[in-house]
Amino acid sequence: LPPLLSSPLLSSPLLSSPLPLLSSPPSPLLSSSPLLSSPLLSSPLLSSPLLSPFVSSPLLSSLLSSPLSYPLSFLFHFSQRFTTVVPESCMLILLGLVLGGIVLLTSKKQLYQLEPGLFFLFLLPTIVGDAGYFMPARLFFDNLGAILLSDVSLCSDQKVQAGLMEFLLFGALISAVDPVAVLAVFEEVHVNETLFIIVFGESLLNDAVTVVLYKVYMSFVEVGPENVQTADYFKGVASFLIVSIGGTMVGLIFAALLAFITRFTKKVRIIEPLLVFLMVYLAYLTAELFSLSAILSMTFCGIGCNKYVEANISQKSRTTVKYTMKTLASIAETIIFIFLGISAVDKSKWAWDTGLISCTLIFIFVFRALGVVMQTWVLNWFRLVPLDKIDQVVMSYGGLRGAVAFALVVLLDAERVPAKDYFVATTIIVVFFTVMFQGLTIKPLVNWLKVPRATNRKPTINEEIHERAFDHCLTAVEDIAGLNGYHHWRDKWEQFDKNYLSKLLLRKSVYRKSELWEVYQKINIRDAISVIDQGGNVLTSARLSLPSMASRASFPEVTNVTNYLRENGSGVCLDLQVIDNVPGAKVEEESETHHFLAGNLYKPRRRQTLHDSGDHERQDREIFQRNMKSRMETFKTTRHKRHSHKKDRSQKKRRGSDVKEQDLNDKPRRNVSWQDKDPVVVPVESEDEKGEHLEPEKEEDVGITFVARKVPDTPKERPKSVPAGLEVCQSPSVAPPSPTCSERNLPWKGGIGTLPVCVSMEATKIIPIDLQQAWNQSISSLESLASPPGPVEPLHPRVSALSRLGGQRPVSYSGSGVSGSGFGSRGAGSIVAQGIARFEFPPGGEEKDEEEGALSDQEQELQPLMSSSVRPPGPPPPPPLAQGLGRRRNPCVYLRSLVTAPPPGSEPLARSRGPTQL
Amino acid sequence: MGSRASTLLREEEIEEIKKETGFSHSQITRLYSRFTSLDKGENGTLSREDFQRIPELAINPLGDRIINAFFPEGEDQVNFRGFMRTLAHFRPIEDNEKNKDPIASEPLNSRSNKLLFAFRLYDLDRDDKISRDELLQVLRMMVGVNISDEQLGSIADRTIQEADQNGDNSISFNEFIKVGNFLIFCIFGNMNYYLT
Repeated sequence: LPPLLSSPLLSSPLLSSPLPLLSSPPSPLLSSSPLLSSPLLSSPLLSSPLLSPFVSSPLLSSLLSSPLSYPLSFLFHFSQRFTTVVPESCMLILLGLVLGGIVLLTSKKQLYQLEPGLFFLFLLPTIVGDAGYFMPARLFFDNLGAILLSDVSLCSDQKVQAGLMEFLLFGALISAVDPVAVLAVFEEVHVNETLFIIVFGESLLNDAVTVVLYKVYMSFVEVGPENVQTADYFKGVASFLIVSIGGTMVGLIFAALLAFITRFTKKVRIIEPLLVFLMVYLAYLTAELFSLSAILSMTFCGIGCNKYVEANISQKSRTTVKYTMKTLASIAETIIFIFLGISAVDKSKWAWDTGLISCTLIFIFVFRALGVVMQTWVLNWFRLVPLDKIDQVVMSYGGLRGAVAFALVVLLDAERVPAKDYFVATTIIVVFFTVMFQGLTIKPLVNWLKVPRATNRKPTINEEIHERAFDHCLTAVEDIAGLNGYHHWRDKWEQFDKNYLSKLLLRKSVYRKSELWEVYQKINIRDAISVIDQGGNVLTSARLSLPSMASRASFPEVTNVTNYLRENGSGVCLDLQVIDNVPGAKVEEESETHHFLAGNLYKPRRRQTLHDSGDHERQDREIFQRNMKSRMETFKTTRHKRHSHKKDRSQKKRRGSDVKEQDLNDKPRRNVSWQDKDPVVVPVESEDEKGEHLEPEKEEDVGITFVARKVPDTPKERPKSVPAGLEVCQSPSVAPPSPTCSERNLPWKGGIGTLPVCVSMEATKIIPIDLQQAWNQSISSLESLASPPGPVEPLHPRVSALSRLGGQRPVSYSGSGVSGSGFGSRGAGSIVAQGIARFEFPPGGEEKDEEEGALSDQEQELQPLMSSSVRPPGPPPPPPLAQGLGRRRNPCVYLRSLVTAPPPGSEPLARSRGPTQL
Repeated sequence: MGSRASTLLREEEIEEIKKETGFSHSQITRLYSRFTSLDKGENGTLSREDFQRIPELAINPLGDRIINAFFPEGEDQVNFRGFMRTLAHFRPIEDNEKNKDPIASEPLNSRSNKLLFAFRLYDLDRDDKISRDELLQVLRMMVGVNISDEQLGSIADRTIQEADQNGDNSISFNEFIKVGNFLIFCIFGNMNYYLT
């Protein structure tokens, strides 16, 4: 262990510090690591000076300056005039300059310096952790490609600026776009998300690249340029890969660990926030220990664990984590910038060289722009939404250098790099220039270029509707063109996540009930809204004129909870209302519509997320049936116009059942003999009649419950006589609720052959089997729509019940939400009486998916039952179906299940209705 | 089938389609093979049934509308040219620097054409207005069964009210453009991605 002990981290006073975190966990890691002896570590990089100066003052000074500086930055935050023009970071640097000046004047010696140890160990982690933890993961991964590319290319192009190794070194460190600075500036500018994520993500990953390049060049410099061999370059590349990938892995491992641990903290909620901080920080330290990219590690730890941890920990812990992180991050940010200012004043640290500085500035700018243009050019080949010129300008302009570069340059060993002072000076200037000048001008620039900003406003209803419509449209076109969707891989991942990760990392209760919880939360939000609503009603009668008021007024009363809240809350809220709700009525009205839409619009197929497969099942079934119905109607109306083979074709569809019955020797239970007796005559003569027969059926069809009973008896006899078959043919033939739709497929396939008029005779040869089956499915469902067969039937009572009562399902649904919230006893009884119609509005629907999922999910609906332990023995589930649905790999199986499967929610519902009403 | 596809599609045809739609050569052949695989009748045209055979479309709420969009008015067959013409609406908007052909009308993937395409999805009777009923139909297709007509109606009212500027209680194409304009970027742009 002697070599280990000589490693600075161990010997540093940090270990003796009271932080429990540092003392215990790293050591086992250390002792077991083979990496330590690897050349990676032996590189002089971060190991040597990183922690040594740590003992001196910085911790103290930071403690000292944070209470001082934080209120100041706070002040800046509030002086509106200032901050609209000047980014906070600039102000802080200026402040640092002033402070440093004062200190220098009084003590003749710079006391407070931005020490690398402080920076890397405490300040950077907080900021990065914050960013990583709250980074919208989806966006990040969407843009990952862009980020990676921009990263590498931007970093590498800088080093060309000088031939000397030392300049390479310098180039490496100066080219790093600093996450801190970028964050500070971009967050204030409010550029749109894509841009922000790209630039910010790039700067995050930059750390890896910069640090590695820095290391590599550093070792080159050490060895001396003349001794560098080609192999070393490859080693450099390799170490880059190791550092970044390793950092990521470490982060992910810790993320999993953290998620796993939080699974078991139910009894000790209080340690949850602490755990989050510790583990994220530990990820950072561990990566740093192995000289891997700590920032990457931390970021990925944050990203990775966010989802699971958020679901596992309690609401309070969540809030704590959120605010603590934000606070810490902004403190750290403040300190960094102030330190930057302070250390810039100290002349002894740097030497001025105009040429170098100006060259560097120019190069930085040019290369950044060049790099951005080149890589966006490449990227735009692949990107969904191409980055246009304006984006590129902002991207290149947003390349702010900050504390990372500064810290790295300060770390340089003055003996090995004689020009250190010049580099320091240049770096400071560059940082200043980029942060001050670019930071100052980027806002006007963004304004001037009309870069789309992040929109805080909600989209209008129009937009919401149209967007959804367009999404559907696009999905359809993808399907038509037979293309693999963009979300293919994400779907895969989600599947994996759902099947394995979530089960492993999420609490059981969470895993099962997250939707429920979500719903509950939304009910609460809704209640809040309705409280406001009441206040608003008093004040603004204007809203009554809004059309959607109709819908709302039509719902008599809400639930108990809401009423309760209303009564208790309205008094409190009225005061506020007087102030600000006057214009708010419309807004709030809209938000309601939004929630409504958000909850109820069908989602495009590929956009599904984690928990909603049941939901999708339902949605798909609804759409499917609706589509089939409308298709059927189209056939009906158009068939007279079409020429003969068309007729036959549509005829065929109608007669599909017969044909199915007709056939196939491999289906002995079908009436084979009939096949010959039911010749082609049927289609020709009966067509029109049949249309007429259909007609009335269709009209009254809405309720869908109607014919179901005809079904089971007739199938065998009907085919014997043609007219009889015509009478009933729609319903009975398919309707016999033989669940084996799959079996029918084959007969049908054969059936095509037996119908001489059929167009698609030869088509059968080419059609891939599953397409064919799918088509069969649609046909059989066509039939089944005309006369709902047994299997589909369970859906219908619900449908009709809904249309009648306008709230059957929501009953149980709100009931479940309420019972989940602990109001169960009160909710259960009275909710039904209230009629609840209002809860058809999914309360507060930000999360479209979960919400609908909650609506339809079987478990949800069983919830009230389970709580009262009246749970009836569930209907025998159709397991193969569920599987097919879940995977949705085979469209045919899937569709079939849509036709045949009893909707999972319907049965339990039917049962649950009983007890509740009692 | 791929080989058959390429033999059946003549070079000059490809050229024409390329010119008209802006798809690249490989994209065209790729889509042509898809076209032939959809074409069960093997007569070089697609009927509505051919489209409806696509299983995913059966569960797309707007599936039939989109299928209809492929067919010129009053026809129930579409050939490959027409097929490509419709698909061309989904190509990303490009800077019209390269193809400066003053005579040629606007490219199919221009913004206004995309919007027109979208508009037509709603506007069934082609009176260049989305009436309340038309909107209601689309809405009905897109929402679940557990929303009452009344609610839907109020949403439709609201939507129209929001977009309507001249007070005729319907959404004209111009009004639609204003609403849909910024959506266009995120919506209709990714055909290139898949087809390269």
